[in-house]
Parts: sequence; structure tokens; C-alpha cells
Amino acid sequence: MTAKADRKVLFGGRGDEARTGNILEFEGVSLAFGGVKAVDGVTFHVREGELFSIIGPNGAGKTSIFNCLSGVYKPQEGSVKWRGEQLLGQRPDLIASKGMARTFQNIELFEHMTVIENLMLGRHVRMQSGWVSDMLYVGRTNRDELANRAVVEDIIDFLEIEEWRKYPVALLPYGIQKRVELGRALAMEPELLLLDEPVAGMNLEETEDMARFILDIRFELGIAMILVEHDMGLVMDIADRIMVLDFGQKIAEGTPDEVSANPAVIKAYLGEEV
Amino acid sequence: MRGRPLLYTSYQEDQSLLNTWTKKLMAALFLALLLIAPFGIVPGLGFLGDNDWVKLMSQVFIFAIGALGLNLLTGLAGQVSLGHSFFLGIGAYTAAWLGGEAGGALLGEGLPMWVWLPAAAVVPAIIGLIVGPTAVRVRGLYLAIVTLGLVIIGEYVFRNWKGLTGGSQSGRTHPEFQFKFWKEGTPLFDFGQDATIAGFQISSEVSTYMLMLGFAVAAVLVAKNIQRSRTGRAFQAIRDRDVAAEVMGVNEFKYKLLAFGLSSAFAGFAGALLASFVGRSIPERFDLFLAVQFIAMIIIGGAGTVSGTLMGAAFVLILPRVVRDLTDWGAAIVESGEGVLAWIGDLFIATSPDDFGLINTLPGVGPGLSVDQLNGVLFGLLIVLFLIFEPLGLYGIWLRIRNYWKGWPFTY
Repeated sequence: MTAKADRKVLFGGRGDEARTGNILEFEGVSLAFGGVKAVDGVTFHVREGELFSIIGPNGAGKTSIFNCLSGVYKPQEGSVKWRGEQLLGQRPDLIASKGMARTFQNIELFEHMTVIENLMLGRHVRMQSGWVSDMLYVGRTNRDELANRAVVEDIIDFLEIEEWRKYPVALLPYGIQKRVELGRALAMEPELLLLDEPVAGMNLEETEDMARFILDIRFELGIAMILVEHDMGLVMDIADRIMVLDFGQKIAEGTPDEVSANPAVIKAYLGEEV
Repeated sequence: MRGRPLLYTSYQEDQSLLNTWTKKLMAALFLALLLIAPFGIVPGLGFLGDNDWVKLMSQVFIFAIGALGLNLLTGLAGQVSLGHSFFLGIGAYTAAWLGGEAGGALLGEGLPMWVWLPAAAVVPAIIGLIVGPTAVRVRGLYLAIVTLGLVIIGEYVFRNWKGLTGGSQSGRTHPEFQFKFWKEGTPLFDFGQDATIAGFQISSEVSTYMLMLGFAVAAVLVAKNIQRSRTGRAFQAIRDRDVAAEVMGVNEFKYKLLAFGLSSAFAGFAGALLASFVGRSIPERFDLFLAVQFIAMIIIGGAGTVSGTLMGAAFVLILPRVVRDLTDWGAAIVESGEGVLAWIGDLFIATSPDDFGLINTLPGVGPGLSVDQLNGVLFGLLIVLFLIFEPLGLYGIWLRIRNYWKGWPFTY
């Protein structure tokens, strides 16, 4: 059995399924904090299984868009539709249970828990055991814990973090913590994965490892992704489509080649020619 | 594969409660020790067979149950609560109403233990769920103040609802530990009487001790199971990062409320046991100091860990007794006036009104602290010292000892 065939066990290898249509429709969303418009009438669509990237200078509103998507912020205008279903106004945990997972710009792991426990928490939405059977650790709880531990071990294998499994995450090096956070999001078996600067602060080797994992997720697991990242080399290399934001407004959208040739984008990043 | 430590060949083995031989052995030995200790036949620990020590240890078990409840709420879910004694009180008075004897204006149904004891857990849990929604909206210091309010309201209600509590002057008696089918008839087993089981003489203190030990073991298992399963992980996630927990699909409101309810159930159960164990209680028993004692237990023991909580409960209850015994022992040496020890002891212990000393064995006549005052000072000092030097508590100290011996004779 080849390594690739072996890995397909994870989530049944959805990567080969041909799917069409939009998984997410983000329509005219505006979010203001007092007088500051963090997101200003932004519209974009993410297709099934696509690697969509959002770039822009600091403070352009990228993370705010993520927070609108996962229900942490409530935008004043617009609509966010998940396969036709309105997400705005829903609680974060309900949005998560539909299949949206995310990582955070500044690592938000549960630092007192081990790697396995963090990943098992990621399985929370995929487990059913209630507090009564948890108290006795019988029946459903025991079955759930074993079955989901197996999934978690597959993800540990996928992300190559075997040696760290039983460490409390606070003790792990930064690059590994980033990887564990990706693992925790993957453990939710998402259909859309939001990655907020997954390679921020990483060296070249760690960046290339992460790029490899993102491509594996894209092509083997078939999970759609929205990638927010400042590393232009990485974004231009792996993204299918890119949206560029500046001061909360969308200034360009298209393939990496289209975007990098766009005068508005060049102006936002490099300034105007004198 | 036998003999290779930490080699697991199945997830079942890895995830089991006692997943190493050392843990299995230690747990078995510890339980065996607790089971035979009250008979006073353990070499070196014979004093545990004395009646007052048997009673003290029974109290340790009861407080351990309550502390495990607070540990679920504060240690695991990260919600500070000063209101634990309120729920102990509700448990105690639920038990008193259902199981106690009616007399004069006092309420009492005289129902058997299998009714009043579970009810003492369920009723506080329900009340916890009713007041919970107010509490789970606030966090940190604000939550501490809200829960402090519960204790004050509770004490006021208990003091004035004389039909239930008997009021401040006389208090009321609580139901006895007896196995009965229903109200009437002789009990199948009465923990208040000395008994003979299979030819063994068992005093009422020892049989009560065994009952409390049984409840405590059950409580430990339940607490441990919650901690290592889906519910406990959700609690810990909320404690560490509440926003991230929600984004990962944990319903914050539901799990905070659940932690509140479960903790109240443990507290109520412990409250009923405590009141019945002591026999008679006044409403002031369930005051802020009791709540602070529970917080001290989980801080000194190590918040968030079951074994730490147990160590903390034992430590907080046994320390005053040890201090008292040491003082008496010291005073006896000073009185005898022989040797260097007596000279050193005399610097610290005052045995007559004109003597100087930090500790005064004649309360109210000389300078210095009485033994009770000394215990109060030590109690406060220990909380401060643990918070500063060992936030993981006794559990942290134990971890360091364990890790040292893991690598022995190498330093790492």
C-alpha cells in the first residue's frame, strides 16, 4: 500500500470527488466598530474544494472577515450563506457544527491540555456522548472515545506530530503549536477551513512543511480553504484564487497572475509612482 | 512486550484510568491502607484507629466530595465560585426536610436514606441550574462577587426559615445514616450503632467511616471520568480559551451551566453527609468561611486535578489537628524542662501567664496566639505561599518528586 492510499483513510479521502457550486457566499458584508469600518461591503464566493486566499496590508480587515464567518463578530449589513443557508446571527458553536473550522493568527490552543486532548476537543462536534454516560465512562462514551482517538491518531500521523502527542501544548515549540492548531481544526472534519496566517513567524523549512500540509488538505482531503497570509510567495504559489483587501474594501479578485498584475493591488502594496 | 513501560498496543489500554503498573499498584495499596487504617493495625499508623482520627478521616472523605465538586467548576471549567457553601447548605437542609424527624414547628418527612441522599444532590443541582444563567454571563471577579451574594442570601434564608433550619439558637438535627426500606420498621443496618458483621465487632465510627469512604471513592471515579471525556474537555477548553472553545463547537453557555449544576450536586451531597455526620447544625455553619475552606483545598491541592483535590482536602482538615498535637507535645516537653528541646520550645510556647511565646497554651491569659488562632494564621499563610510559590499545589510538588525518581539515579 502506498503512502497516499494509506492516507486516504482520513475522512474517506474526499479529495477525488468532483463537486461544483459555492460552499460559501459572502455578500455585501459591512462591519463597523464605532466609526471605523473594518469590513466595508465586501463580497466574495468560495467554491467547493477551492483554496481561496485573502491578502491585504495590516488592518485591511482580513481577520475581521474570519470573525464574521465564525460568528464571533456580528456584521451590521450583508449576508453570509453556507450552501444557501444563512449563517449570520447563528452562535459560533452551531456554525462550527456545520463544518467550518479555523485556526487563529495568535495561537489559541488550550495550553493546559495535551496535543491529544486538544485534537479530541476538535472532535467535540463529531461526538455524541452526554454528561451522564461521561460520568460513568460506559457505553457511548467508551465507544466514542476509542473511535475518535483513532481519527485523532490519523491526523497526528498526517501532520507528523507523533513525538509530541502527550505533551501539554504550552511546552511545544512555536512551529509545532501552529501545526497542532491546524490539526485541531482538521479534527473537526471540516468542509471549509479558515487559516489565519498559518506560516506567520516561521522559518523557511517550517513554511515549506506547512505549505505541503495545506496542499495535502486541498488535494487529498478535498477540503475548501480560505487562507489569510502575508507570505506572498506562499500565497502566489498555492492559491487558486486571491482576493485583495485594503481599508476594509475589496480592491481586486482573481487568479494569482491576474492579481499580481493589477494596478490597484500594486498601489496598495507599493504605493504610487512619483 | 511485558515489562516495557508505557508501551500500549491499544487505545483502550492507553486511555484507561490506571494506565501504568505503578498507578495500579499505588491505587490498590492506598485503597487497602484506607480500608484497614481505622482498625488501628497498620504499623506506624496505629493512631488512625483512635476514634477521633476515624472521625477526622470520615470528615476528610466528606470534604473531598465537596472539593471535587468545586474542582469541576473552578479547577476544570475555570469559573471561580465563592458560593459553594450555599449549595452544601441546600443539600443539608433538603436532607433534613426529607429525612429528618418532624418536631414542634420543624419540617421533616422521616424518609429513608435512599430518598434523602440522592435528593440532596438533585435539589441543589436544580437550584444551581436556576441561578446559573445569571452567574454564567459574568466572569472572573464579577462571578466571584455574584457567587458571594449567593452565600449571603443563603445564610439569610437559612437563618430565618426556622421551620426548616431551626434558627440560629438551636439549629436542628439531621437524619441518621441508616439503611431502611421505608419510614417505619427497624433499619437493616444502622451506622449509628456498633454492629457485628461476620463475627467482627465494628464500631459505629468505623462503619460510618467505611460508608463515607465508599461515597468518596464513587465521587472520585465520577470526577475522573468527567475529566477524561468529552464533557471534561469542553470544560477545560472554556477555562483555557473561551472564544476558541466556542469556535471549535463547544456551547459555552450549556457547558458553563452544566459545570455549575454538577458542582452543586457534589456540594449538596457533601452537605447532607456533613450535616448528618455531625448530627446537628446551625444555619451559620454554611457561611463564607466554609466556602473559603473549599477554595483553599483546591488551591493548596492543585486546581484542576483530582488527586490534588484529594490531597488538598486531607491537608486542610488534618493540619489543625497536627498543629494541635505538636503544640501539646511541645508544651509537655517544656513543662518537663529537660534538655535542649525544652529550652528551644520555651522560646515559642508559653505555658504560664508571665511566660513569653508565640503560641500560648493557656488561651486568654498570656501573650501570643492560641492554637486556634495559630491555625487561622497558618491557613491564610499557606494559601498565599502556595499561590506564589507552587500554583500547582501539592500536586505540583508530587509531580516534581515523581519526575525526580523517574530518572533516578540520573538527573534527567
